[in-house]
Amino acid sequence: MTTRYTKDHEYIRVEGDVGTVGITDYAQNALGDVVFVELPDLGKKLTKGGEAAVVESVKAASEVYAPVSGEVVAVNDKLPDSPGAVNEDPAGQGWFLKIKLANKSELEGLMSEAEYADYLKSIS
Amino acid sequence: MASAETGETLLETPLAAWHVAQGAKMVPFAGYNMPVQYPLGIMGEHNWTRESAGLFDVSHMGQCFLIPEDGRYETAAAALEKLVPADVLSLKPGQQRYSQFLNVEGGILDDLMITRLGFSGHEHWIYLVVNAGCKVEDYRHLAAQLPKGVTLKIADNLALLALQGPKAVEAIAAHAPNLAELKFMTSTDLEIAGLWCHVSRTGYTGEDGVEISVKSEDVEKLANLLTGDPRIKPIGLGARDSLRLEAGLCLYGHDIDTTTSPVEADLRWSIQKRRREEGGFPGAERIQRELKEGPSRLRVGIQPEGRQPAREGTEIFAAGRKVGVITSGGFGPTAQGPVAMGYVETTFAKPETPVTLLVRGKELPARVVTMPFAPHRYFR
Repeated sequence: MTTRYTKDHEYIRVEGDVGTVGITDYAQNALGDVVFVELPDLGKKLTKGGEAAVVESVKAASEVYAPVSGEVVAVNDKLPDSPGAVNEDPAGQGWFLKIKLANKSELEGLMSEAEYADYLKSIS
Repeated sequence: MASAETGETLLETPLAAWHVAQGAKMVPFAGYNMPVQYPLGIMGEHNWTRESAGLFDVSHMGQCFLIPEDGRYETAAAALEKLVPADVLSLKPGQQRYSQFLNVEGGILDDLMITRLGFSGHEHWIYLVVNAGCKVEDYRHLAAQLPKGVTLKIADNLALLALQGPKAVEAIAAHAPNLAELKFMTSTDLEIAGLWCHVSRTGYTGEDGVEISVKSEDVEKLANLLTGDPRIKPIGLGARDSLRLEAGLCLYGHDIDTTTSPVEADLRWSIQKRRREEGGFPGAERIQRELKEGPSRLRVGIQPEGRQPAREGTEIFAAGRKVGVITSGGFGPTAQGPVAMGYVETTFAKPETPVTLLVRGKELPARVVTMPFAPHRYFR
């Protein structure tokens, strides 16, 4: 199991050829209290860098981008009714969707946990 | 930061360092470096204000005085009535009114609070509080329009705090017992912990509370005194926005601007009877016509169904066509759902009219509702 990160602060936790996508703790903290989440339909084909979901805080709406290309094979059904999970447990209960990876080599362009930590330092 | 990119220098209120010390996240707003939230977060700050008391630094707003040289209040009031549609002449010492500076087309240049000072020896003075983003233009407008004999005195040596919430007055009355009986939209001058303060029973959250004008050099001491009370926490601009939106109050530059008239903005209550009849303010022709015949569009509350917020700029549809636009929208923590306001053609302004919002290409059902979304709790 490996976790990779994007510069837009999404994570993808990969097990086999399926990756669980969510936003990082940094992202949830920057957004503030999440009040609404819009998830894609099951079976939707996502393109790396394209819109995968929408997350809205009290302040503003933001897009969640697909870290890799692939098909949506699961969404977190509990999230629309309890969007606060994104703030409370972004890496766990606050996951958004699972993608069946179309091309595992796309992961190589994403950051490792250590690289993401350095990236956060560089932008703060 | 945006300021660094544009090369603009942000102004600071006398409490800027204090906000940072409280853990505030600072953002540029109306040319000022302001706290958008503290560690409690927007939702927590909003709810704290509704349940207890919140302290807001609104020192970025413009404070000024109009002083008639002849010492007669009527001279200053008559001069101001040439610029605003409120009845200023009838204000009693200490009394306050909400109004708008109008352009010749009856559009709103800014909205403001007008107070006749109640302080002995100053009862002929008028005290104005205007929006931060408009204040430079407002002062230019006043300087150009005021007649000889009425002086504009810009009070840039004053800070302004708002203390809002059901426990605001009981908390501040511990230091100034007289404030407990001060009525909504009236003001008084007194000392709090030895500091001179001008206190108005007003605010912009829909809650009971006060606004306190205090010398810039004293404001940190006052802020520390107030936040030393466990009932009071500092609140940022984020919660100020969700609080005023739930209260159905306009934000200048969003819900009102130079194209909207006070009648369209559903602010006709702020134009008193004598002014409606007599006119004598900029744009009176349009405003009197709209009062008589009804405006072509009206600001209304919009309640989206479900949980999805509809933000500013969202188009409003009814009867198969666009009939309006959302001017403020977001999530109301007290309403526990999305809340919005905007303008619709008057035909569709009746409460409970079903409308459709277009949010990111999807149709979102909504309905026109009566504001506020959270009941006003003023001390009348």
